[in-house]
Amino acid sequence: MYQCTNASPSRGGSVYFAPMLAYIIRRLLYAVPILLGVNLITFVLFFVVNSPDDMARMQLGIKRVTPEAIQKWKAERGYDQPLIWNATAVGSAGMAHLTETVFFNKSMRMFAGDFGRADDGRDIASEIKHRAWPSLAIAVPTFILGLGVAIAFALLLVFFRATRLDFFGVVLCVAMMSISGLFYIIGGQWLVAKVWHWVPISGYATGLTAAKFLVLPVFIGVIAGLGASARWYRTIFLEEITRDYVRTARAKGASESAVLFRHVLRNAMIPILTGVVAVIPTLFMGSLLTESFFGIPGLGSYTIEAINAQDFAVVRAMVFIGSVLYILGLLATDISYTLADPRVSLK
Amino acid sequence: MSLPFQVVVLWSDALFFGLITAVVMLGMCTRRQAPLRQSWARVASDKVAMVSATILAAFLFVGVLDSLHYRAQLDAVPGQAVAQKINYAVEVNSLLDVLLAPLRLHPEKTYSAPLATHLFSKEPLPGSIERGFPRLAWGGGHLGKALEHRTIDIVQRSALGAAGGLLLWLMLVSAMRLRFNRHNHVIDSAEKIPNGTQSAGAGNAARKTSRRAASHAAMLTLLVLFLIMGITMALGSGYHVLGTDKVGQDVLYLSLKSIRTGLLIGTLTTLVMLPMAVLLGILAGYLGGWVDDVIQYLYTTLNSIPGVLLIAAAVLMMQVVIDTHPDWFATSAERADARLLALCLILGMTSWTGLARLLRGETLKLRELEFVQAARAFGVSHFAIMQRHILPNLMHIVLIALVMDFSGLVLAEAVLSYVGVGVDPATISFGTMINAARMELARDPMVWWSLAAAFTFMFILVLAANLLTDAVRDAFDPRTAA
Amino acid sequence: MSLLNVSNLVIDIGAARPVDGVSFSIAAGECFALLGESGCGKSMTALALMRLLPPGAKVSQGQIEFAGTPLLTLPENRMRQVRGGGIGMIFQEPATSLNPVMRIGHQIGEALALHEQLQGVAARARAVELLTQVGIPDPVRRLDEFPFQLSGGMKQRVMIAMALAGRPRLLIADEPTTALDVTIQAQVLDVLDALRRKQGMAVLLITHDLGVVARMADRVGVMYAGQLIEEAPRAQFFAHPAHPYSVRLFAALPDPARRGGHLATIPGNVPPADTRYTGCRFVDRCPEALTQCRESAPEWRAVTSDQKMRCFLERSMSAKKTDTEKVGSDDATALQGGQVKNAFLAVEDGDTAAEDNDDAVVPPLLTVNDLHVHFPIRRGLLQRTVGHVRAVDGISLQLRAGRTLALVGESGCGKTTAGKAILQLIPPTAGQVYLNSQPLTGLSVSELRPLRAQMQMIFQDPFASLNPRMRVGDIIAEGMRALGLQKESQKDTTQRIAALLGRVGLGAEMASRYPHEFSGGQRQRIAIARALAVNPALLICDEPTSALDVSVQAQILNLLAQLQREQQLAFLFITHNIAVVDYLAHEVAVMYLGRIVERGTTDEVLRNPQHPYTQALLAAVLPVHRPVAAVTRLTGEMPSAAKPPLGCHFHPRCPHADAACRTTDPAEVTISATHSARCLKLKN
Repeated sequence: MYQCTNASPSRGGSVYFAPMLAYIIRRLLYAVPILLGVNLITFVLFFVVNSPDDMARMQLGIKRVTPEAIQKWKAERGYDQPLIWNATAVGSAGMAHLTETVFFNKSMRMFAGDFGRADDGRDIASEIKHRAWPSLAIAVPTFILGLGVAIAFALLLVFFRATRLDFFGVVLCVAMMSISGLFYIIGGQWLVAKVWHWVPISGYATGLTAAKFLVLPVFIGVIAGLGASARWYRTIFLEEITRDYVRTARAKGASESAVLFRHVLRNAMIPILTGVVAVIPTLFMGSLLTESFFGIPGLGSYTIEAINAQDFAVVRAMVFIGSVLYILGLLATDISYTLADPRVSLK
Repeated sequence: MSLPFQVVVLWSDALFFGLITAVVMLGMCTRRQAPLRQSWARVASDKVAMVSATILAAFLFVGVLDSLHYRAQLDAVPGQAVAQKINYAVEVNSLLDVLLAPLRLHPEKTYSAPLATHLFSKEPLPGSIERGFPRLAWGGGHLGKALEHRTIDIVQRSALGAAGGLLLWLMLVSAMRLRFNRHNHVIDSAEKIPNGTQSAGAGNAARKTSRRAASHAAMLTLLVLFLIMGITMALGSGYHVLGTDKVGQDVLYLSLKSIRTGLLIGTLTTLVMLPMAVLLGILAGYLGGWVDDVIQYLYTTLNSIPGVLLIAAAVLMMQVVIDTHPDWFATSAERADARLLALCLILGMTSWTGLARLLRGETLKLRELEFVQAARAFGVSHFAIMQRHILPNLMHIVLIALVMDFSGLVLAEAVLSYVGVGVDPATISFGTMINAARMELARDPMVWWSLAAAFTFMFILVLAANLLTDAVRDAFDPRTAA
Repeated sequence: MSLLNVSNLVIDIGAARPVDGVSFSIAAGECFALLGESGCGKSMTALALMRLLPPGAKVSQGQIEFAGTPLLTLPENRMRQVRGGGIGMIFQEPATSLNPVMRIGHQIGEALALHEQLQGVAARARAVELLTQVGIPDPVRRLDEFPFQLSGGMKQRVMIAMALAGRPRLLIADEPTTALDVTIQAQVLDVLDALRRKQGMAVLLITHDLGVVARMADRVGVMYAGQLIEEAPRAQFFAHPAHPYSVRLFAALPDPARRGGHLATIPGNVPPADTRYTGCRFVDRCPEALTQCRESAPEWRAVTSDQKMRCFLERSMSAKKTDTEKVGSDDATALQGGQVKNAFLAVEDGDTAAEDNDDAVVPPLLTVNDLHVHFPIRRGLLQRTVGHVRAVDGISLQLRAGRTLALVGESGCGKTTAGKAILQLIPPTAGQVYLNSQPLTGLSVSELRPLRAQMQMIFQDPFASLNPRMRVGDIIAEGMRALGLQKESQKDTTQRIAALLGRVGLGAEMASRYPHEFSGGQRQRIAIARALAVNPALLICDEPTSALDVSVQAQILNLLAQLQREQQLAFLFITHNIAVVDYLAHEVAVMYLGRIVERGTTDEVLRNPQHPYTQALLAAVLPVHRPVAAVTRLTGEMPSAAKPPLGCHFHPRCPHADAACRTTDPAEVTISATHSARCLKLKN
């Protein structure tokens, strides 16, 4: 995937970007079989493990199950076609054998951004577009603040490494990561919103008024993630601080803070980036728990509602989008690597 | 003469005990392997690790008690002359249920606070039109009308329970000391033979002192646990120590029952995924080429699906399967058990990828090491190289992954059950407890004990696991163990 | 007055005491060498001077005075001015000692900003000046490059430039050339020496290499187990080492005068750092120890007016003996001399001639014909192969039973790949390998297996070559089991393992232990026992002693020589160490960038080198017993095997290259029946 170059070609202009472009194209092409695989998995889960008949029976409830009702249910949702191979279809050059099937209509069309309709009849694609903004409004500030606070806390611990402050900081981190995320949300809502009445417990508004609804979920999101990430970053910093180049910097006469900020932080950002950049695209997906607890109409609560209503079309669409975002995250990681680490160039 | 009950071995019980046996056997194996024994010795001389291990052992003990299931024999129906066929109750109970029978069999009507004698909410009092706080059926029932004695009663019972706990602890400690001293003597004489030099002696002495301090810490933890157990038992015989929930079930009982679910999810999931992760990780790293490509494709694909969604989708589908085949399960316990196992399987399927990728990377490094080259120079087969040279040198990673995953899975169970794609709603777990109690903080006056109990038990379990993980990782990771 | 004064320095790490009462002083402009084997505390001493000891280690006693200032009590912010400003330091591993994500210019600029208050353009100009001083071509361009774009030698030059940025009065060089190839080492030492003389800078040189000491030092201090045990001016030390340990260090050096004979070894290992001593620290390894040596620790004693040591013995027996030996070896080490003149070697030659007669009858054990190993380079959208790394690019070799062929070259020349390809551990791209006239190339895994018993390999890194999770006995038995040689019962196997362990000088009871309980030298013995277990006829030794200390190296070389005598083993000895080659090998093949440029008997190649590369390689070797001759150094470094130069691979570095060399691939030129080289300048 990456290759370290030990030759020393000049890194300017097209020499630098052409391989990068080729790499990006190659990775995007590689995404196609992966997305096909994802589609196949969801297809098997939703249509082979359980036939559309089973789903219809469950959705309709035991009482109203008649063969006609099942047929009607399937026809309404387009599940009345054969699964993968339509033997009876007629069309140009036999393609209809493949296209007039559940697999093609329900799974393959997602590649074109056509996610079909939810059980309540609304277009899933436009719903997703609509709901992505509230999700981002929570996820992006949480992500940025969380990263900043965790790195600052980790740097503080590393600066005071092998002291009592460091020890208790690590204990605090472990304790914080041992607390269930549900507790942070429930406890935070209770304390900040119910006891102190600082912000509304839940809800959402558009525009600037959204801020008062966002403060608490963002704050809770930052705190909930702090323990695990601060501890992880601290480990990375400590590993970096034992390296030879740090000793060289000290031998130069650099001060401890110069060593930490100019040398250690810069190098430690490389492993931190791998973990962090991959997450950025998936921020679109929103947070299931936060959004449902705070009543924010984002993609996370959309997903939860779909799960609870057993709306398979929506779940399928979210799986597909999640996979696309994951692959974009991988790509972004690789690219950020080349920007952060001069030794890495994409081939 | 047949037993008055029928032993029921649920699938999860069998796997759980199988796992415990496997761990014990592995432990015996490592005793003979000097490098591994040294790593374990390092864990054993870490105070925090030993305290955590003791607490985990207590949780494990509860889990084991809760995994010994049976069905009680029903009384012969009068009128039937001689019972041709013995009938067993539909309900499957465990040994823990028997021990906690007083708690289980004395539900209240609805909420009651910890150690309360009255219900939490006003209800129409029997035989009057007024609304008031009715007396509890069980909590403080033995006090009769003498409610003013409640405080004294609680103090008395606590003291008695503490004394009992102390006594038990003293007995246990003296029994262990007898055994340990003999054992220690054997180790001393065994270790003296190979390391005769002065320097090794100095290191040994240092290790022995820290080991002793660690075992003292473990003993103290045990004392605290025994005291808590004694007090809880003494109080529990007359009160609902942690109150009751909305339908009047004892919260302490629910919390203790949740432990087994948490332990099972935390351990069986890893067990399910382990063989696959190890096998595929090593194959991909060692063989390379198209095998590597296929395995990498497989885990990238699985990884690319957002975990919660894949689990949700799989659980939803599994739910349909279970619902459409009610005839597969004899009892509701079996059905809930099947769903629990399926959840473990699904969680395992979504979480093996991380370990597999880690092992692949490590195998790539090991493959180039000179001892593997040396084995290849002897014409040792690929299989033997993987089994003899690669796998043993990956075991520390597997072990670290095992313990690291545990706490994450326990936490994940709560979230999944909350979302509605976790365990069967009939299964008692931390997740279902929190889910049932989610609105209780919003009540006025609020009901805090269910949530507090669930979160506290879960916190202690996960914290102990995390602390032990740290020690295990420090001891087994070659980078930190040096 | 001296610039640096260290008195009674004691460093503790927990219960261990790696440095125990070290005192020395360095005058301004002087080069003082601390000489010692690994683990003797010399690097720890250097770090203590900078107050950069690793966490856990602390100076518990002693004084360090630099230019009249006591350093140990200096506040941290004043100490930072001393670091880099008063004392500069360079380290062993240039590859890891530079910040990988910071441009060269910034790294030097950091030191300039701290100690010279230079910023911006001025700093840049000064950095260019510094890079020019350390001999980096095209310094302006280098400023904007990252360390990974430089070769090892260049990185070490940058390190030196950075250490010089604060104009220090003392430079601490901790094994500055240990990680570098011999030709590059010579270049870097030249730079260091020239700078020191020009700037009047004192140098504390820390090294294990007697050759480096001979090249650089004014005065030498020998460290052993945390103490200085001998101190003397260089000339005096090299002429008359006094302490039994120093004497044995010299005697353990491989040397052609002892070829086929026995190297003096120091039995045992350096004691661990947490040992408590009552007597002399060297007593357990000293063959001349007296009872007095065990009872009390020896104090400093003057041997001559400027030489002192910690030893009770009069400098008599051992020192005298080696003095006389050295007279002979002085003549014999005439590496660049170019003519054979020693009677001892003449005998050796006669021996060779006698064996040559047998050649006609006995076919060679190993024949390698035009072996190629190319690794594809894949690029672009479809990962097409756009080129090859020509790691091994057509080598041919022959090796007879009971002989040693040394494959010599610098790192990256493809010698290790060649060794692995001969064993079929890496599939060769082209060419043939015959073992006892049986072809090895193109065989399937199962066809190859029976042949594997005849050829085995010993690896470079004794810590990576034994599986840490297996017992020594199982490690040795693995080969026997895999090759089906273990027909006999379990008891016989145990006996055989015991016999093998005895053979390599280890006890039979060690079979049940794990590798981590052994030292590097012992592990290498285990690796040898593992290879011997299947009764091979050919052993490929890949730098088997390069990770070991000199005294332990001698033990291993003695063992190999003994095995060859007893079992008629053939060795293909892959190494970069010319001294070892000279001591051990019958024939030599010199490799450069995937090709063999010269081969012949050891005497032909080492005394009468024909190829310019061989000549340069030999010129770069630092002699121990004579002053370094003024020779022209090889410039530049070996190009990448992915893009070898057209024509003669060596022409970009060759002082004699002309137009023809850039286009024509030189053919093999025969110089004698056994000696040939590939150079256009040679005529048949």
